[in-house]
This record gives sequence, C-alpha cells and structure tokens, in this order.
Amino acid sequence: MSQPIWIDIGPLDQLPTLGGRTLPVLGGQEIAVFRTSTGSVHALANRCPHKHGPLSEGIVHDTSVTCPLHAWRISLVTGEALGEDKGCVPVIPVKIDAGRIYLDRAAALVGAV
Amino acid sequence: MNAPILDTLESDRRDSPVTERLVVIGNGMAGCRAVEEILARDPLRYAVTIFGAEPRVNYNRIMLSPVLAGDKSYEEIIINDQSWYDDNNIELVSGDAIIAIKREAREVVSASGRVTPYDRLLIATGSDPFIIPVPGHDLPGVITFRDLDDVDKMLAAAENGGSAVVIGGGLLGLEAAHGLSLRGMKVTVLHLMPTLMERQLDEAAGFLLKSELESRGQTILTQADTAEILGESHVTGVRLKDGTDIAADLVVMAVGIKPSVQLAKIAGLAVERGIVVDDHMVTDDPAIMAVGECVQHRGFCYGLVAPLWDMCRALADHLTENPTGYEGSVTATKLKVSGIDLFSAGDFSGGEDAEDIVMRDASRGIYKRVVVKAGRLVGAVLYGDTVDGNWYFDLLKRGEDVSEIREALIFGQAFASGGVSLDPDSAVAALSDDAEICGCNGVSKGQVATCIGGGADTLDAVRASCKASASCGSCTNLVESLLSIALGEDYGGARTITPMCKCTSFTHEDVRRNILEKALQSIPEVMQELHWTTPDGCASCRPALNYYLLCAWPEDHQEDPQSRFVNERMHANIQKDGTYSVVPRMWGGVTNPMELRAIADAAEKYGARLLKVTGGQRLDIFGIKKEDLPAIWADLNAAGMVSGHAYGKALRTVKTCVGSEWCRFGTQDSTGLGIKAEQMTWGSWMPHKFKIAVSGCPRNCAEASIKDLGIICVDSGYEISVGGNGGIHLRGTDFLCKVETEDVALEYIAAFIQLYREEARYLDRTAPWVERVGMEYIKDRIVEDGEGRRALQARFLHAQSLLQKDPWADRAAGAEANLHRHIAEIRPLALQKAQ
Repeated sequence: MSQPIWIDIGPLDQLPTLGGRTLPVLGGQEIAVFRTSTGSVHALANRCPHKHGPLSEGIVHDTSVTCPLHAWRISLVTGEALGEDKGCVPVIPVKIDAGRIYLDRAAALVGAV
Repeated sequence: MNAPILDTLESDRRDSPVTERLVVIGNGMAGCRAVEEILARDPLRYAVTIFGAEPRVNYNRIMLSPVLAGDKSYEEIIINDQSWYDDNNIELVSGDAIIAIKREAREVVSASGRVTPYDRLLIATGSDPFIIPVPGHDLPGVITFRDLDDVDKMLAAAENGGSAVVIGGGLLGLEAAHGLSLRGMKVTVLHLMPTLMERQLDEAAGFLLKSELESRGQTILTQADTAEILGESHVTGVRLKDGTDIAADLVVMAVGIKPSVQLAKIAGLAVERGIVVDDHMVTDDPAIMAVGECVQHRGFCYGLVAPLWDMCRALADHLTENPTGYEGSVTATKLKVSGIDLFSAGDFSGGEDAEDIVMRDASRGIYKRVVVKAGRLVGAVLYGDTVDGNWYFDLLKRGEDVSEIREALIFGQAFASGGVSLDPDSAVAALSDDAEICGCNGVSKGQVATCIGGGADTLDAVRASCKASASCGSCTNLVESLLSIALGEDYGGARTITPMCKCTSFTHEDVRRNILEKALQSIPEVMQELHWTTPDGCASCRPALNYYLLCAWPEDHQEDPQSRFVNERMHANIQKDGTYSVVPRMWGGVTNPMELRAIADAAEKYGARLLKVTGGQRLDIFGIKKEDLPAIWADLNAAGMVSGHAYGKALRTVKTCVGSEWCRFGTQDSTGLGIKAEQMTWGSWMPHKFKIAVSGCPRNCAEASIKDLGIICVDSGYEISVGGNGGIHLRGTDFLCKVETEDVALEYIAAFIQLYREEARYLDRTAPWVERVGMEYIKDRIVEDGEGRRALQARFLHAQSLLQKDPWADRAAGAEANLHRHIAEIRPLALQKAQ
C-alpha cells in the first residue's frame, strides 16, 4: 500500500477543546474537524447521516458529537451513529505533528477529484 | 574476563588496533547510560570518548526541578562523577561541543578545533527548548529551563524576589513555577491551552491541578497567548494577545522541546522531526547510532526519561553483536511537585470501544480514571492518590486481560487482587461494621445497616434518616450495595428520583443546591464535586450546568461556548440547510422606517432567501451564512438594533397591541408597558424560552393568555397571569394577581422571572414548572411575600446589570471570530487548474 499524502490544515491551537471547525473542500464534501477534552483530533464528513445536519456545530463530549439538528450522537472515531440510531459518516484519518493538524488527502478529497 | 587483564586495560585499549573507537556526542543521561550499558556487556570492546557541551560531569537532568525547588543539591543529582570516567578509561571532553561530523573521514570536529577519529559514533544530543519567536524573546531575563545554568539563573533572579512569568503549563513549566514560587517569587503561569498539562491529563484532572496550584499562590492563566515580551535592556513584563500586561523580572520559556538534530542534519543523515533510527538505534549511516530525545523511532519522538533506558539497552545489545531491538515505549508521567500526586500513562483519549471507569472523591480531592479497551487497560489518569500508578502502568505495559477484575479495577491493586469475589456487593459486605461509608457525615457501615434494619428501605429513606450519601453523594453506590445486601430481592434499587442525565445520580435540584452550598464556579468543578461518571458530561448536562452556574454566579460567570447549543453559541437560529436566520429585536413589536430600511438592505446584501414576519411581531432574515453573521450584525447594530435572542433559552419577544394610544377599546398604554418590560428583561438567560405579551383590553389581541407571562390591561390596572403555552400542549395562563400601576407590574414581572430562573429545571417551560410546583406556591412567593418578591426583583435586576449585553455587538467587534470562520479550505490542485 502506498504511503498516505497528508494535507496540513492549520495549527492545533485554532481548534477549541470540545469544539469543532469546518473545512470546505472545493467540489467535494465539507469536513468537520473536532477536538476532544483529551486533545485528540478527529475529522468527519460534516453531514449527519440522519438529515444532513452540520455536525461541526454540535456539542462534543467524550469521543462523540451530538448533531445540532436532531441530537443524533455520532462517534468521532468510527463515524457511526450511537445508541438506537443507525447510520454512518465517512471518517478522514488525522495526524498531529509539531502542533499542526494533517488530514489524509485521498480521504479528504473523496468526490472532489 | 580475567582480573589481571583489567590492570593493563588502559595501555591495551589506547594502543591496540583491534579496540574500536566509540565517540559519544552528548554527556547527558542518554549518552552516559548507553556507555554504561555497553560497559556492562563488554568492558574491553570500545575505547570511549564522550564530548559534552556543558562543562560538567553527567548529572540527572530530570532532577533539575528538585534542585530549583531546594529539595536537592547539584552534588546529589550527579549520576557519574569524574572517578567513573577515570575508572572506566573514558575520556571526557566537557565544555567543548562537537560542531561537525565528517562521515567520509570518520572524524568529529569540536568547537576548539580538536579532530577526533571514530569507528562508531553515537549521537546523544538530546533536545533543545522551543523559543516562541515573539518580540523581546532575546531580552536579558528571558531564559529556558533545560540545564543547570538555567537553574543557576533562576536561583540568582529569585534572590531579589519580584515576579516571574512562566510561559508553558506543561510538566516542565509547572515544575519551574513551583520552584520559583518556593524561592519566594510571585509566579504567573501562562498556558495557551484551556487545560494544564493537556497532553498528560484530561480536563477534570487538569482542573484539580489548577485549583491546587492557585491555592498555593500561583496565578494560572489558561488560553493565554503571549504577544510580546516587554522591556528595554531587561525584561519588565509580558503582554498577551488580549492586551493584558503582566509585570515580570524573569520570564521562563517552558513551552516544549524539539529534538536537537542540527549536527546530524548538516552531516546529511536522515532527519525528520528527529534523527531517524531503526530498531537497533542505527541511523542511515551504519557507523552512526543515536539514542535519546534527539531520535525518531517508528515515527515517535520521546521527551521523557523512561524510553532512554530501553533505547540504550537495544543499542548496547547491537554494539556488542547481540541484537535484540527496541520496539518503542509506553510512557507514564509523574509531576515532581511536592504535595501534588499526579500520574498519567497510556492513552486516555477514549474511543468507541473504550470504556471509561471514573471515580471521584471530592472530600479527599481524588480523581481516578482508567480506560479499558477490549478487556485490556490502555490508559490511566490519577490525581490525589497515585499509589496504584505503578500497578496500572504494569497492567498497561503487559497488556493483560483485566475483564475478570474490571468491577474492582478502579479501587486499586489491594482491592482488585483481594482474590475473593469481585462482585462489588460482596466487597462492601466484607467491610467491617465500623468502616466509614459516608465521609461527609461520618456514617459507618454499622450505622447504615441499623438504619436499613429500622425500616429505611430506599436510598432516600437512608439519606433522610442517617444522612449517609445525603451530602456529596460519592458513597451512593456503597449505600445501595448495603441496601441490596440487607434487603435482597426486596430492594428494587429503583430510585424515586430522576437524575439530571446519565452522567450523574443527582437531580437538577440537587445539582443547583450543591452549586450554591459549595460555591461551585465552573463545569469541571461541578463534575468533580458531584462525581460525574463521564469525563466531560454530555450534550444534555453541559448546557444545563452552564445555565445553572450563570444563574447562581452572575458576577463571576465564565461563559463556556462549547457547552451552549449551537443557536446560543452562534447567536442565530440554525436552519436545516446549515445556514442561519437572524431576528433583530423590535421593542414591543414597534419599528420605524430606518430599521426597516436597514433590514431590507441587509437582506439584499447578504443574499437572504426569505424575509418573514414572525409570530412574535418581528422580522426574521433567513439563509445567512455563518461567515456573514458578524457583518450583518454590524449593519443592524449601526441602525440601532440589537439581538432579538430568537435563538435562546431567554426572553424572546414581548408582543403588544396598540393599546390606549390608538385603539378605541384600549384601557392602558399596553405598547408602552410591553416596551418597558422588554427593555428590563432582554438579554437574560433562562431555563427555556420565555414569551411575554401585553394586551390593552380583555379582547386580548396580543394573545397574552398563552404566554409565559401575560398582562391584560383593564380600566383599574393590570391583570397578571402566568404559565401559558401555545406549543405542543396548549395551556392557558393561571391568574396570579392584579396590580394598579406599571411600576408594580414590572416588579412582579421581574420577580416571577427570577423565581423561574432560580427554581425551574433547565429546559422546563413555565407551564410544566407551574404545574409541578402549583400556583399556590407561586402566589406565596410572589404575591403574599412582599419582601421575598422585592428580593427576587433585586436579584434579577442585579444579574441584568451584569449580563444584559448585546452579544451581536461583541461578535461584530471581532469576539469569537473563529466560530464564524472555516479552519481552512481545500481547493484540490486539479480542480483549481481547471477553473
């Protein structure tokens, strides 16, 4: 398997603890980037599997985010809906290096190129 | 080896052509440890020369903090004194740094020009402190915390007293701050992140640490971003990006370290973040090895001491032809600040298949969290009681299956290894009768058992009769175990009370009472004191706690945007397509041509797709992008309009009819009273949305009888009624009282709202709340008790004097700008070219 190509999307300190930020992808699907209270960073397609709510604006707790539209709870790790709900959003691999956030280019650009 | 050979070692070594020359760059912990390991395996194999930049023998760098704090002297932290070098025939060249590696000639060159040949070279240059490149970073008085010279500088500065600023709230920064504080300096710690030591601690433990350090007299500023270091010829202070100035005679930069790779890079070795090594610590030049903080192994760089030992073992095995390999390290952290017990190890970032086990004991200041994944312990954070740290670390490193002891894991080794049954009930059954169950009220197991025997067959009954579990609640599980042991199947375990959410066993009322009684000021503090079972709550309790704190402490409330629902965080209403709608306030539903023009202009300028009159007599501008919100607010502010809070658990609108000024039936100036009520009340946060209406006569054109508070004007005064709702469950208001003047009406409005704010549960509208507590109670508090009513009114007005601000104006001026911006945008190359 070839090595992933990483895209630098900015410094970690631009991402608030227990918060999310948006990352539009020209021609592709907007991405939501989250940071948990333990400092881990996760990226998902910014589109709830239920009615396409912007997950980036939800409340982050532990390793999940609650969608702002209808309170579906989505795992930041697997992208799967938790509890009774069923559905899944794509997860984009993230790495942190020297205080900056990197996303896996191929996964981030799905649909764009 | 035979002893006599050792006697001739020196001459043999230096002269014998078969002895290989090993040159070590770096006289620190890694370099010397590597040599020790090699000597232990084969003392004759290499002729060793060690170069050190510092003019000293090898000392224990991790003990610099105790030296600074005065707990240890320099002599006590020396690992190897001169006699070690002499006894082992090691040539030590200290105070002369290596400046070049000539790989083709296999030589190193030192600053003084000395050229030394090598057969094998070991790079152990360690790491360099990060210097934030802000203006003034090179002023005298700005130092790092890396070696003994830095400690000497700090000690010299501390002799004159004064103030110190430590930039960086990680391990190193906090240890520096502790030392300087003990040496008599007034210390301020600046930390960029919201939580201290965020790489090692979760939010809850970080919060406890911060409180403890503050109680020791340090000032801890989190989310503090340094803009510049002030001073002309010597540092005088630090300025933050928010404009705050902090005076300082000494600034210690302890924001982190980076592998020291310059030498290796110039020599052309493979260097990424650190010097890249394989599992045997060999670089891409087989003659050159590297160990310690300067290396990058399997993608990781380590900044702690424990991995050194494993690296040096692997290196020595390799250099003595017995290769074993290094597989990376799991690290654990302890803070070396006396009196603070803190331990963290492994991965505690949770995750879907990870299970958190949290134990909090507020009375003893203890927080423990262990993370179990697939039956194995993967992480632990301990604060206040770290005796089991090593046990957890051992379980973690060994990766043993802990599912058998899962229930007892959090109680520690002594308990979990008890052997008998690990059912928590039997563990409690095994306690002696005089074992303390409730620390807050000093109730023993025997007393609880007596109380249950006396007929207390529910948790509430036990709480009521012997007070066990009635205060902080941390022993609730123990009391329930006792109930279940004593009553067997007769104890249903069913609580008669409904907890606030699944994160706690406390009810809304319990939580609010505790916030006041214990003067709890922040969400992490509430979670710690009230033993939340999740690390940072959930989407249900966090907004509630944020509100309860705001209501309890209007003076000191620190807003937590991440605990607000999106609408309150963005000060606009999110729509199904992710855009927002914007509703400016129209006092009492009254507007004017200037406001209408501004709204029309804004709707066009920002591409609103719909402009709609709301049910609350205002205009709603739909389809605004989050990026445009601050700009549209600035435009609306310029026309004199403020936030309508159509998005908030707050006063929404005061609906009015035109009243006696225009209407032939009007009895009073209902529009005027509505505007006064709205001006008094706007901007106040409440348990849920709150609507008011004022009708000028009993025809009730403003529909006051389905509002949270409705006023119907009559010739002789104002009839006030409350608890109406036009939503899912239609409910007409209940009559509260009739008053004679506008001023008295306003007093009642303020008092009723404050009672609702203080006593209703978060997300209770007034209708269910009034039904639950009953109109008699409301009348007692608002109508019968004049003094109480005026006190409620005073508390409401006081809170308003502090919190009645237009949030739009703040955002338009640039506050929380990141909430309205993307973190970045990706424009794929292929697409960009095509366009």
